[in-house]
Parts: sequence; C-alpha cells; structure tokens
Amino acid sequence: MAVRMDVTPALRCRGLRRRYGDLIAVDGVSFEIALGETYGLLGPNGAGKTTVISMVAGVLRADAGEVSVAGQPMTPRTPAVKARIGYVPQDVALYPDLSGRENLRFFARLYGLSRAEARSRVAEVLETIGLAERARDPVGEYSGGMKRRLNIGVGLLHQPRLLILDEPTVGVDPQSRNAILASVEALATGGMAVLYTTHYMEEAQRLCDRVGVIDNGRLVAEGTVRELTALVGEHDRVVLAADGDLPAAAEKLRTVAGVREVSVGAGRLELLCGDGRAALPEILACLASAGVAVRSVELREPDLEAVFLHLTGKSLRD
Amino acid sequence: MGAALRIAGKDLRERVRDRSALLMAIVLPLVLAFIYDLIFGSAAIPRPFDYAVVDLDGGEVARVFVTDVLGEAEKQGYVTVRTASGVTAGEELAADGAVDAVFVLPAGFTAAVRSAAPAEVEVIGNVDSPTGVDVARSIARSYAAEIDASRLAVAAVLAGRDHADVPERELAAIAQKAAAATRPLVLEDVSAREKILDTQTYFAAGMAVFFLFFTVQFGVSSLLDERAQGTLARLLAAPIPRVSVLAGKLIASLALGLLSMTVLVVATTVLMGAAWGNPIGVALLVLGGVLAATGVTALVASLARTADQAGGWQAVIAVVLGLLGGAFIPISQVGGFVATLSLVTPHAWFMRGLAELAGGGGPGAALPATAAMVGFSVVTGAVAVIRLGKVVRP
Repeated sequence: MAVRMDVTPALRCRGLRRRYGDLIAVDGVSFEIALGETYGLLGPNGAGKTTVISMVAGVLRADAGEVSVAGQPMTPRTPAVKARIGYVPQDVALYPDLSGRENLRFFARLYGLSRAEARSRVAEVLETIGLAERARDPVGEYSGGMKRRLNIGVGLLHQPRLLILDEPTVGVDPQSRNAILASVEALATGGMAVLYTTHYMEEAQRLCDRVGVIDNGRLVAEGTVRELTALVGEHDRVVLAADGDLPAAAEKLRTVAGVREVSVGAGRLELLCGDGRAALPEILACLASAGVAVRSVELREPDLEAVFLHLTGKSLRD
Repeated sequence: MGAALRIAGKDLRERVRDRSALLMAIVLPLVLAFIYDLIFGSAAIPRPFDYAVVDLDGGEVARVFVTDVLGEAEKQGYVTVRTASGVTAGEELAADGAVDAVFVLPAGFTAAVRSAAPAEVEVIGNVDSPTGVDVARSIARSYAAEIDASRLAVAAVLAGRDHADVPERELAAIAQKAAAATRPLVLEDVSAREKILDTQTYFAAGMAVFFLFFTVQFGVSSLLDERAQGTLARLLAAPIPRVSVLAGKLIASLALGLLSMTVLVVATTVLMGAAWGNPIGVALLVLGGVLAATGVTALVASLARTADQAGGWQAVIAVVLGLLGGAFIPISQVGGFVATLSLVTPHAWFMRGLAELAGGGGPGAALPATAAMVGFSVVTGAVAVIRLGKVVRP
C-alpha cells in the first residue's frame, strides 16, 4: 500500500452535484485523493459512481460543486487540467477497425504528444499491457481481456498524475482481471493517484488505500478498509441460501440473540451478528420453525460488503 | 484545428478499412452510371421519324406542306417521307408499323384555305410510336397555325374593304406575300441552346450527386457511432476543445465527398466519355454539392438518436431528393410544378449548373447553382451544428 505524501491533493472534489431531470444522480459528494494513493468508490450499479467519474474527468459538467486536479480548477473547458488526467471509461472505448497501435497513436496525439513521443510511449505502453505482439491486429479481433488491457493502456499514454478507472474489470475473465488489478497496484506504487470505481468488494479491499461508500448519489462513509469495517463493530456476516417465506423468517431472526441486522435477497438471507458461530445454531432453529429450508450456510469475517449492508441496509449486489 | 484534423484523419482511416464506404462512394455510382448509359444511352440518340403523305388535294397549299415543310425536315435528317396512294394504303402503312404516322391532305384543302373555310390536316398514327405521332401532330398543328397567321395578315391588309371589290390578282398577291413572310415550319437542334446534358454526362452526374448523399453521411453519423461505442466520452475527456470533435466529423464528411466526386468526375470522363464542362465550373459545383449534401445529412443525423436510425432516414431523404432533383430522369425538362418543386433539392441545382456548363458556359455560369447549394448548406448545416452541439455538450 502506498502512503499519502503530497500536501496538495492530486484530486479534490467539493460538493459535487448532478441532476438528470427529477433524479438527483450525485448529491454533494466530496473527497480527496493524494498522489500515490488509490481511492475506491464502492457502490452498487446506479449508485452514481460513473456520474462522479464523468464530472471528475471533465466529460460532464457538475450542476454544483468543484473539482481541482493538483490544485488547478477543473471544468469541461480546461484542456490543460484535463491533460493531467488519464481516463478509462467503463465501456471498452476503442475503434475496432483500427489496430491496437493505431488506437494508441491516435489518442497519444490527441493528448498532445509529439510524433516522436507518441511512437515511443505507444511502444512502452504496448509492452506494459502485454500487447506488443498483437499491436498490428485490428482491435475487433482482440479478446475481451485484451480489449480491456488496451482500454487501460490508452489512459496511461500521456503519463497522467491522476488515473481514473471506471469499473475496469466488468465482464473480464478471472485471469485478465488479476492482470488488471496487478497493473493498477503497480501504477499506484509508481506514484500515480488512482480513482477506482467498482461494485466488487474484493477489488476495493485489495487495491484501495481508502474507500468511499456511495449509495443513491451520496457518499455515506469514507476511510481505510480497517476504519470502515470498524463501523460495523467487527461483526460477522452469515449468508444463507434458503427457500420459503424469507421476509417472515427475517422478522423472526431479528429477535434471535446476537443478530444485529437481517436483509432479504432473492433466495437468500444476510445477517450481521456479533459472533456468527455462536449464534448459528439458534439461527438455524429459528429458520426451521419458520418452515424455511436452508440450502447452504456461509460465515464471513467483517468486510466491505458488511459495511455496505450496515450503512445502507442493502447488499452491494442488490 | 489540429485535433479536428486528427479526428477527421482517424475517421477517414476507418472508412478506408470499412469497404462499404468505398463501395458507396465510388464503385456503385460508377457501375450504375455505366448501366444507365448502356440502357438509355442508345434510346437517347435520335432516329428520323418515318412519315407517309396522302395528298388527295393536289393544290398549292398541300404542295407547300409536302415540299417545303416535310421536305425541309427530311433534308435536315429529322424525318423520312414517302407517298401513299390513298387513305387505305396510308392506314395499312401505319398499322404495319412501316411508318410512324401518315399525313392526309383531304381533297379541297387548298380551296378551303383560300376561301377561309375550315381546313384540316389529318394524322393517322402508329400506336407503337407515340412520340412519332406526337411530332407529326405538332408539325400539322404548326402548319395550321402558319396558315391562320397568313389569313389574319390578309384580313388586316383588306380591313375596311369589301372583298368583292378586290381584284382576284391583287388578292392572290397579298396572300402570297403573307405566306412568304414566314417560313412554314423550322426544325432545329436546340440541345446546345437549351443546355441539355448528353446521356453519358447526365447519368454520370446524376449517379455521382445521388450517391454523394450516402457518402458524406459516413462522416457526420459517426458522431452517433462514437457515442454508442463509448469513444465519445474518451474524446470529450481529452484535452481538446469540444468543438473540434464536431469539426472533425464535418471535415471527414467533406473530404469523403470531395474525394468521391473527384474520382467519379475523372473516371466517368475517361471511361464513359462524359463531358462535364469547364473544370473550374465543375469544381465549384462539386464543392457546392458536397457542402449541401453534408449540411442535409448532418441535419438528418442531428434528429436521430442512433447511427442506424440516422442511416435509415438519410437513405430515405437521399432517394426522395434524388428522384425529385432529377438524378435519374431530367425532371427540369418536364416543366410545370414538378420542375419548380425540384429546385428545393440540391440535386436539381447541381444538374442545372452542369447544364449551364454544357451550354458552353465558363466558371461564372456555375455560380448561381453553386450559390444555391451553398445556401442549402448554410441553412441545414447551421441547424445541424446547433443540434449536434448538444451531443458534445458537457
């Protein structure tokens, strides 16, 4: 894990707000990222992560609030500030008829690199993302994982101070996902500030120095993983796959000693308990008396999933 | 400007890789121009109409029609004339398809003309040659009009005098002078004066301007493609002015249009013998046409939500404007409301400008048509830019 060192944050967001018609997509979001720090925005789909990212990257204008990059105010019309940011959108944003090298060269030139600089950086990035041997092939012929790697590569071309990654592992096979996570870790170690959005709790725990938990457009908590898990009081999480009247069973479970919170999902129950192992026999007995058939039981140590459940009353996958 | 050119360059590179653009911009118009010229080119070469005459009158006025009117037309190669022995023989010739039409000058025709009594030339038509029959009717009608004019002239000279008091010799002299004052009928080739394109040039130009509206859409509509495939967000995040994204798309459209038109002008000149006219005038018309096509397709794209939707709408607009504008058939020569209506299309102005050049005009002759097309471009382009600007707005 990298350590915050610079006094001027690589990114500072203050009171960001964005509305789409009647829907408030982002409501007063504020956070900072230091150089060398990886900051995760953790939240379910539709929580407002991509809208925050789009405002930070200058793609969207904020209705209210401000963004500054390395102390410089950022708006969609400030090219010099934009040049400090590497942006990797959630979709694979590449031109399929062009080769990998042509895609990289196009964006390198767009980011102001000279012809010679572009040639050199493109070669370096191709090596970094492991696509040097396929550089001449049209991107349309790449696998999903290769496209994802190239998608990230575009964001690295101009050696930005801040790299924004919007759910870069969505739809990626486990091997490619691991490679992507490893490369993000390496970038942060190299001193780059990283803003990383995900709804995968494991990724946030592995990569992020600090995590902001976002739900319904609002940042509901922020801190290191340790600080956040402390919020739920070091509680265990019991996940049960079950059949039957689960909402009724949840009501009964709330009366069981040691059970703090219960949430109901599709064919499953999630419980926060002070001591999961101790409470498990009584939980199972309660479910049996409620006529619920339990198919599997999983006991988990405190994690960000539990934090999210604790803070929002719902699962990250809801 | 640099960013716009880079985006345009990237778009052109993509279009080169995507063979459909090449097909639409060059191959299809060239092939269709060849096919149209092959099918309709020979039909457009005039052949003389074959007529027969049945002279049952044998008088002076009938003789003038046969020798001066039809004889003159035969000398110029527009008609061939033969004599039929009677009405039945004439009808048989027309029915057999041996002639296009038969003129019947009835007995007493000359006397009727001289006495101011009703006189008529009958035309028996070959049903398989409607054009030949129409031309025959026109010749007969023209001759009748000339006779009426002569009668009026004589009447004017004798106004206030009792015809009975006029000596026969004087009356005949006046009539002869009136008849000699005008030639009975004049046939001439008006293609140069009326500025009509030859068939090779017509079909080459028609197909070129028709497919131009499909070609330029590749540039403008790619803005919607960029939005769909997510690359627009990446362009908007780049340190470039947002307007350069839109400018790049328009530059790509213009470049594609100019490239395809240039290739088509050269190719049809070399391969089909098309005569486009003064090169500077043609260049002005091509530029105007490309600007107009870009404006119109950009406007259509600005109304669509997806590139597919834009492509569909643009195809419909291109076909309707092409048909109305005379890209397939010379609407401007039809006359009337349709010809006037065709002027709401850039196609009609493009063809009209080329016709001006075909009539021997220099670059100046192309200016009115070019100005009209630039007008289309300004109006449609301005609306399109305002609407498409929303796509790249933060």
